[in-house]
Amino acid sequence: MNTALAEAIQPLRRRAYGPLVLLLACTLVIAVVSMGLGHYPLSPAMVVDVLWSALTGAPSAQPPVVENVVLAVRLPRVLAAMLVGASLAAAGAAYQTLFRNPLASPAILGVSSGAGFGAALAMLLHAGSLAIQGSAFAGGIGAVAAVMFIAGRLGQGSMLVLVLAGLVVSALFQALTSALKYIADPLDTLPTIVFWLLGSLGRVVAADLAWAAPFALVGIAALWLLRWPTQVLEAGDDEARTLGVPVRALRFVLIAAATLATAAAVSISGIVGWVGLLVPHLARLLVGPAYTTLLPASVLLGAGYLLLVDDLCRSAFAAELPLGIVTAVLGAPVFAAVLMRARRQWS
Amino acid sequence: MVLSVANLVYRRAAGGPPVLDGIDLTLAPGEVLCLLGPNGSGKTTLLRCLIGALHADRGQVRIDGEPHVASRRLARKVAYVPQAAGDSGLQLLDIVLMGRTPHLAPLALPGRSDEQLARQALERVGIAHLAARPFNRVSGGERQLALIARALAQAPRLFLMDEPTASLDLGNQVRVLRTIRDLAVAGMSVLVTTHQPEHALLLDARVAAIAGGRIAAAGHAREVLQPDTLARLYGTPVDVVSHGGAPVACVPRL
Repeated sequence: MNTALAEAIQPLRRRAYGPLVLLLACTLVIAVVSMGLGHYPLSPAMVVDVLWSALTGAPSAQPPVVENVVLAVRLPRVLAAMLVGASLAAAGAAYQTLFRNPLASPAILGVSSGAGFGAALAMLLHAGSLAIQGSAFAGGIGAVAAVMFIAGRLGQGSMLVLVLAGLVVSALFQALTSALKYIADPLDTLPTIVFWLLGSLGRVVAADLAWAAPFALVGIAALWLLRWPTQVLEAGDDEARTLGVPVRALRFVLIAAATLATAAAVSISGIVGWVGLLVPHLARLLVGPAYTTLLPASVLLGAGYLLLVDDLCRSAFAAELPLGIVTAVLGAPVFAAVLMRARRQWS
Repeated sequence: MVLSVANLVYRRAAGGPPVLDGIDLTLAPGEVLCLLGPNGSGKTTLLRCLIGALHADRGQVRIDGEPHVASRRLARKVAYVPQAAGDSGLQLLDIVLMGRTPHLAPLALPGRSDEQLARQALERVGIAHLAARPFNRVSGGERQLALIARALAQAPRLFLMDEPTASLDLGNQVRVLRTIRDLAVAGMSVLVTTHQPEHALLLDARVAAIAGGRIAAAGHAREVLQPDTLARLYGTPVDVVSHGGAPVACVPRL
C-alpha cells in the first residue's frame, strides 16, 4: 500500500506538483480574505486568529462577536462555496474526459434538472429546508438513474445513447418544473422556487454542509482514486479494454461518483451553471491536458473560482445577486476567451 | 499455441451473411503472421474479434489455450496496436505509459520504473526525443510509432497490429519491421495486417490471405506469395520479383 501510495504521488512530482501547490495556496488565501468580507469587515489576521483558536481550542484574542461572524456566519458559506465549486468542476473534468467532449458539463445527464424538480416539488408542499435539500438530492440522483436505465434499455453502452437519454430526461424534468411553477402560489411559493433555481449560497448553514459534504467528498475522492484508468479511456474504448481497463464498470462508477458530488452540491446551492464547463478548461490552460493532474487542478480552481464569484454576489451591491446568474454572466465570455486561446494552441 | 482460432464465424447482424466464415488461425511463440487481403475482406473485423471488441457467432479465440476474456491478466499477455488516430493532447510519454496499466496495482499510477520502461520503449522505436511532445503535434508516422512503443511498454507475449506501417515513410517502415523481427527473435508472437505483401517476405513470415471473409491461402510467405495467388487476391496482375534467388518484392502491373 505504501509503495502504491508513493507511486501515486510520484508523477505529480514529475510535472504538475508546483501548479497544484500554488492553486491550493491561492484558494486558501481567497478563503481567508472572503471570510473578512461583508457588512462587518475583518482583517485576514483576525480571521486566521479566530480559525486557529477554533482549531486548537486556545482562547481567542478576538471579541465574541467576531468569532460568531467568522465561525457561525461566514465559515459555512465559504466552505459551501468551495465544496460546490470543487464538486461541479470535478464532475465537469470527469465528464469531459469520459464523453471525450469539451462541451460536456455536469448537467449533461440530467442531474440539475432532476434536482430542480425535486426542490420545486418540496417547496410546493411547503417542506422544511432540509427536506427541500433532500428532495433536490433525490431528484438529481433519480434523473441520472432514469437516464442510465433508458440508455441500458437502448443498449450497446454507447455514449451517444447516454447523452441523448440525458437530453430527454432533462427536458422532461424541466417541463415538470415549469408545471410546478405554473401551479405554485405566485405570491409565496413561486418566488422561492425561482430564486432556488437561480442558485444562492446565502441560505447555507452548518447543518446543510454536515449532510452534503460527505456525499460530495466521497464523489470527488472516487473520481480522484480512478484518475489513472480514466486517463487511459482517452486511448479509446477498445484500446482501454486491451490495456486491462474494465471500461463499462469504470464508466458506471465515474457517472455515479460525479452524480453524487453534483447532486449534493446543487442541493445546497441551487442550480449553478457554467462552473463545471468552464473551470476544467481554465485548469487545462494551467496544468495541461493530462487528466491525472487536470482533475485535482479543477477541484482546487473550482473551489477558488466559486468563492470569488460568491464574494462578488454578496459584496458588489447592497442586495445579493443570485449565484447562478453571476456564474453565467461571467462564465460565458470567459469561456469564449478560453476557447479562442485553446483554438490557437490546437491549430 | 499463443493464439488459436478455430472455425470462427462472425455475422454483423443475426441471420445475416457472415463477414467472417470459418477462419482458422494459429500462432506459436516466435512466429510472425501477416494477414493480407483486399479492402473489405474482413481483416479488421477479424482483428476486432481477436481483441474481443466483437464477439464471434461461432468458434472461439483462445489465448494460451484459454478462451479470450478481456481482463488485466489478458492485457499482460496481449497488446493491440491500433491505427494511429485521435487528437489527444497528451504527451507521447503519457500515451506510452498507458501500456503499463495492466502491470499497476489497482488504483495506482505509473511510477518511476514504469516511466523508465516507457522511455526505453520510445527509444526502441526511435522517437525518445519526442517524449514530451503532445500526441496531436507530431506526424502520423510518429503517432504510429508511439502506439507501437505503448505496446512494447505493455510487455506482452502476443502483439496484434492493425496496419502498423500504413502511414509511415520508408525509413520508419523498416524501423517497425525490424522491431517486429526482433520481437519474434526474442520469442514473442506478432500478428500484423498489412497491404504490403513484400513485408511478409522481408519478415520471412507466415501469411494468411483473406478474401470474402474466408482464408484463401495460408502458408509460408515465399510459397503463398505467387503471382497467380496475388492476382486472384487483389484482382489485378502482380509480378513477384526475385533478388539473389529469393522473392523480395510484389510489383503490380498497370
